[in-house]
Amino acid sequence: MRTILYLIRKEFLQIFRDKFIGKAIFAVPVVQMLILVPAVTFEIRRVNLGIVNQDMSAESRTLVSQLEGSAFFKIRNTSFQEAEGRDWLHRGDCDLVVHIPADFGRELGKGNPVKIMVAANAINAVNAQLSWAYLNGVIRDYNLDILAQNPGKSSYLPMATQPGSVLKSEIVTPIAIGAKSDIPDLKSEIQNPTSDIPQIQVTNRYWYNESLNYKYYMLPGILGILVLAIGFVLAGLNLVKEKESGTIEQINVTPVKKYHFILAKMFPFVVIGMIDIAIGLVIGKLVFGLPFAGNLGLLFLGSFIFMVAVLGLALFISTFSDTQQQFMFTAFFFMIIFILMSGIFTPIDSMPVWAQKLDMINPAVYVMRINRMVLLKGSTFNDISGDLLMLSVIAVAFTGLAVNRYRKTA
Amino acid sequence: METVVEAAGIGKKFGNLSALKDISFQIGTGEVFGFIGPDGAGKTTLFRIITSLMIPDEGKIKVLGHDPVTEFEEIRKHIGYMPGRFSLYQDLSVEENLRFYATVFGTTLEENYHLIRDIYSHIEPFKKRMAGKLSGGMKQKLALSCALIHQPRLLVLDEPTTGVDAVSRSEFWDMLKNLRQYNITIVVSTPYMDEAMRCDRVALIQDGQLLQIGSPGTIRDGFSRKLYSVTAPEKYKLLLALKSFAGTESVFPFGDSVHLTLKEGVTVQAISDYLEKSGVVGVTMRETNAGIEDRFLELMNRK
Repeated sequence: MRTILYLIRKEFLQIFRDKFIGKAIFAVPVVQMLILVPAVTFEIRRVNLGIVNQDMSAESRTLVSQLEGSAFFKIRNTSFQEAEGRDWLHRGDCDLVVHIPADFGRELGKGNPVKIMVAANAINAVNAQLSWAYLNGVIRDYNLDILAQNPGKSSYLPMATQPGSVLKSEIVTPIAIGAKSDIPDLKSEIQNPTSDIPQIQVTNRYWYNESLNYKYYMLPGILGILVLAIGFVLAGLNLVKEKESGTIEQINVTPVKKYHFILAKMFPFVVIGMIDIAIGLVIGKLVFGLPFAGNLGLLFLGSFIFMVAVLGLALFISTFSDTQQQFMFTAFFFMIIFILMSGIFTPIDSMPVWAQKLDMINPAVYVMRINRMVLLKGSTFNDISGDLLMLSVIAVAFTGLAVNRYRKTA
Repeated sequence: METVVEAAGIGKKFGNLSALKDISFQIGTGEVFGFIGPDGAGKTTLFRIITSLMIPDEGKIKVLGHDPVTEFEEIRKHIGYMPGRFSLYQDLSVEENLRFYATVFGTTLEENYHLIRDIYSHIEPFKKRMAGKLSGGMKQKLALSCALIHQPRLLVLDEPTTGVDAVSRSEFWDMLKNLRQYNITIVVSTPYMDEAMRCDRVALIQDGQLLQIGSPGTIRDGFSRKLYSVTAPEKYKLLLALKSFAGTESVFPFGDSVHLTLKEGVTVQAISDYLEKSGVVGVTMRETNAGIEDRFLELMNRK
């Protein structure tokens, strides 16, 4: 017992004697939180919109002003020339160009369906689809307004089944310089409400994150990434450094037990990880107003097991790396996979089945889920017990591998 | 005398390269046993096997009565190892390193201070200094202190004097001599032939094979011929001339002079005539006593 305490003491001493690392382990989470939480977002705001309005009727102006009023769009350019609209896309001035044809107002007045054309830059498919969806929403509202303003009109329209004016719009093949052929066509049509009056009104409420604040979604995930980086890189490099400098040779001829050595390497980083989580939570609360819906003890428990799993794997990798380069290369490979497949950015459910199966041994998956469920949903121990169990299994397995693989002889 | 290390037919291969071939020796309690050989002879590999860090491919070895392969835990309690490369924590201070190794072996600095007093007293004034900032000689003293702090029964020192100045080297051997009073067996390797004389017994090792084992005196006396020390102002010219002489058995530079042995029946007169003919001037030539190095080279050439 005295030996392991002394080993731990020595590790702490070495970590904090390194002037850079000693400070960085606490500064990194602060900076990471302050940068990543507000910066990494899928929210689309102020999509640059171009309008080619060849109509200039009251109707088209209403549509344009509705687009202008939406928080999602910023009208960058307007013109009468269709060619100019294409130019904006080419030059990247606009991501979305709405083309209103010359007879828009007239046809609408007559009660005929009209078409507008929308061209979207779809290099980023997600962005294009989202902008398109927002645009669709505005157009739908516009349609409903037309129907509401002309309640009686349906009666003197020629076909009873097609009352009111229906706006048709379509997205043409996106114009993207240099990438024309790679981009899939996004073509769709809005076939809008056929009937004016009785209709279903949808009011929705977003549970667990009512204001749809993307930061609340990202923050708990970033807490996980934060300790992943610290544990993985520092602990692993620590052991490889002992190999490179030959100090491990001297330790190996001592009666120090394998698991003593490995545990002493893990302990300081677990403690540092927990402190970093605490710092992260304080920043989350004070700077981003993150709600703490659940028991923070559960979050720390999850992160603790997660740390053990990550450290176990890092030390396992370092047992067969002879140099810091070898370790970093392997560690980077795992970290990228762990982070990108953790579900922090993209939902795990939309990954291919084989990838989901593979993800069972990705500890980051569980910690992301636990962090989000505890912080946003207020989940209890029972709710996350399955995740905790899996995480524990992974932690024990990785640590066992590390202890087993660490050889005191060659 | 009890046997501390007993090796029989040890062999170790790295791929196709045989690092050690059929190594057998016995080391008794309290002996200072030296392995003398050039770089790459296999000294470090052998020491790693003795200290249970490496498993031999062939042969049997017993250290302190235990098998290093199966009973390494028992051995590790009682050996002190000083690897060839400085391998203490450079970012810990002198004192921290010492206390760390004391604790790891389940003892304290105070308990065994008497063992290391002679050595540690040299570096104690710098005990707050980081080990990485010590000079070569001080590093070596610290490493020896750390290897001794748990009163080992066997001390294994891999080239402890390599890269250390001549004065420190001499001091170091004096310290080793002082350790005899504690009945600590010392196994040491060195590439320096002159240090062989400070050992009780030495083993000459070359290309993974033992050439000879014995006391330094015995080994030296094994030199079977007359040895001449030849000098001339133009040493290189002298060396070339002697090499081209048909009656030369072996010739190699030795300090300021050249050590020469002659083939059977070749006289000193014949060689001085030849040198004169070759235009080497100012030659002195006298018979000299062979050193370990001479014997080593003789054995090497014979092989």
